[in-house]
Amino acid sequence: MTSFLQQAFNGLVSGSFYALLALGLAVIFGMLRVVNFAHGALYMLGAFGAVALADTTGLGFWWALLLVPLALAVTGTLLERLLIRRLTALDPLYNFLLTFGVALVCQDLLRMKYGAHSQPYERGPFTGSMDLGLFDFPRYQVFVLAVSVALCLAVWLLLTRTRIGTIVRAATERPELTRAFGIDTGRWVTPVFGFGVGLAALAGVLAAPMRAVNTGMGSDLIITVFAVVVIGGLGSVFGSVLAGFTIGMLQALGNLYVPVLSQTSVYLLMAVVLLVRPAGLFGKEEHA
Amino acid sequence: MKHRLSTVVATAAAGALLAGCGGGGPSSGGGKVSDDKIVLGVLTDLSGVYADIAGPNSVQAVQMAVDDFKKKYGDKAVTQNIEVIKADHQNKPEIANTQAREMYDRKQADALFDVPTSSAALAVQTVAGQAKKLYFNTGAATTELAGKTCNPYTYEWAYDTYMLAHGTGAAVTAQGGKNWYTIYPDYAFGQDMQKKFETAIAGAGGKIVAKDPTPFPSDNYSTFLLKAPRLKPKPDVLGALQAGGDLANVVKQYQQFKLKDKGIELAIGLLFDSDIKAIGAAKLAGTMFTTAWFWNVDAKAQAWADRFKERTGQRPTFVQAADYSAATHYLEAAQKAGSDKAADVSKELDGTKFSDFFAHNATVRAEDHRVVHDAYLAKVKDPAKASETGDYTEPVKTIPAAEAFDKPSPDCHLS
Repeated sequence: MTSFLQQAFNGLVSGSFYALLALGLAVIFGMLRVVNFAHGALYMLGAFGAVALADTTGLGFWWALLLVPLALAVTGTLLERLLIRRLTALDPLYNFLLTFGVALVCQDLLRMKYGAHSQPYERGPFTGSMDLGLFDFPRYQVFVLAVSVALCLAVWLLLTRTRIGTIVRAATERPELTRAFGIDTGRWVTPVFGFGVGLAALAGVLAAPMRAVNTGMGSDLIITVFAVVVIGGLGSVFGSVLAGFTIGMLQALGNLYVPVLSQTSVYLLMAVVLLVRPAGLFGKEEHA
Repeated sequence: MKHRLSTVVATAAAGALLAGCGGGGPSSGGGKVSDDKIVLGVLTDLSGVYADIAGPNSVQAVQMAVDDFKKKYGDKAVTQNIEVIKADHQNKPEIANTQAREMYDRKQADALFDVPTSSAALAVQTVAGQAKKLYFNTGAATTELAGKTCNPYTYEWAYDTYMLAHGTGAAVTAQGGKNWYTIYPDYAFGQDMQKKFETAIAGAGGKIVAKDPTPFPSDNYSTFLLKAPRLKPKPDVLGALQAGGDLANVVKQYQQFKLKDKGIELAIGLLFDSDIKAIGAAKLAGTMFTTAWFWNVDAKAQAWADRFKERTGQRPTFVQAADYSAATHYLEAAQKAGSDKAADVSKELDGTKFSDFFAHNATVRAEDHRVVHDAYLAKVKDPAKASETGDYTEPVKTIPAAEAFDKPSPDCHLS
């Protein structure tokens, strides 16, 4: 039983990364109707940002956690202003292709500088482990889970309890109607995109002390995250976060009990969800 | 278009999965290839996880062999036209298959080199057999290439899973690591490594308490690291048989879970300098591993490695050194035979004994085309003792050629 709980907890930790990335994807999709294929690359850039910051300025993890997401959020707003915005009026496939291309460009540029092998990052805080009652767990990984849960809660409060949140939710659900009330929804598009990108970058910085930092780290992860978002319901913030943590647990337990299914389980679940509820577990059907 | 966007995303996600698998081939150079020409093809991972172990610098190593050969023979060379071509197999067997076909059939490659990733190498071996042209494997480690699937066109130049497992498995067990928990990536290389480690550990008087296949690639090994201390009996050693980025993930997480403090030592199946750099030499200092060669093993090796560094800016891996060695021996054999036909070159190569900067006390075994040579049991050097940043390896002992590799497999019949 302890083993089961320990593994479930471990699943929540890896689910933290899915949740942070899925959350960013969900708010971006909700506001812009853009599925951001570059999200994995931005996660990777976050991790490389931490490495580069340590290499060039000697600044450690906490600075990276603050500065890298900010810097990438700004880069994200530029990306939205300069490129994505021009394509939003067209078929969504154009933005798929654009963001996919951006992801490839980022990967290859970094590969030119760093090569394909992993980069060292030795600035992670909390090296010890902590007693959680039933079992020990690496302190750093508990910290990752705490940060992820806190951020997801904060975003949820922001969306449900503040005026900005109300506007964003209204703009997400009924863009035309919201505009008809005289609210300039366009103003919020860029900050929301930047925020989503910042979350991906933050997940990347969090990954640097515990995962291999290399140019492929995002592209491997993002495919699972897309499955997570589809399962949770596109644009549904609550659904994406919940699906993120659930899939993390499913994989960890799958690794232990049914190793053959651990990698395919996500896609099986995605297929089933699409058959039964095409809009995802918490998504709303959209009509043409 | 607005309806069912989730379906579109799902399709796009599936598309992204597939995008990794298809396309991306180099544009065909075309052009007519005269008979008076030797073409050496380097089929490798140009941009993925093994691009630093093999990759662009493997192409450089083969080119360097060609340049040195041309310089040595001048106008007496068997042909003045020696060309090196390259292709990216992205570590996928089906792409390796098509690229190898393309290189042999359309680009008139006479021999292929490198090919990391065992599953891809097995695909290339089959194509080499069909094309009846040579393939010198330096990048892949599976023993099947010189075993069950062996054919007269494939040579094994550098290393294999037997060599890796017997060096490390036996040495670590002999030092007191009797009970092992092994985790291996679930594809040809990992499965083969697992089997070889089992034999090596049992041979040295130890046993495998538990073993688990892990997804490939994966960034989360916590499941297995949590399981390790709960096993009964508790293992003394965690055998991590992953490679490249996966290995960096395992080691980072092994350290977070403090398994060393819980009495579980780490043993690594395959370790390259790039892995040591990625994980940090200080963290790995003292970790034992087996290697076919390292750049400062002796003066001759270092002299070659210096020339290589001048050319590429980097220290060579043993795969790249083996590429140079294999390409040189291929060209020399063609020179002697006055022909680039596979059968003629093989006749020159088979059974020869040699020592060069890469392979010491080497024999090209005629029975299975395995090149046996000395290997090294080594440990990661304490960074304080390193002569330069790339100086990571400290030799523990030389494993003589006869012990380093297995006897010819009874499954292999070349004729």
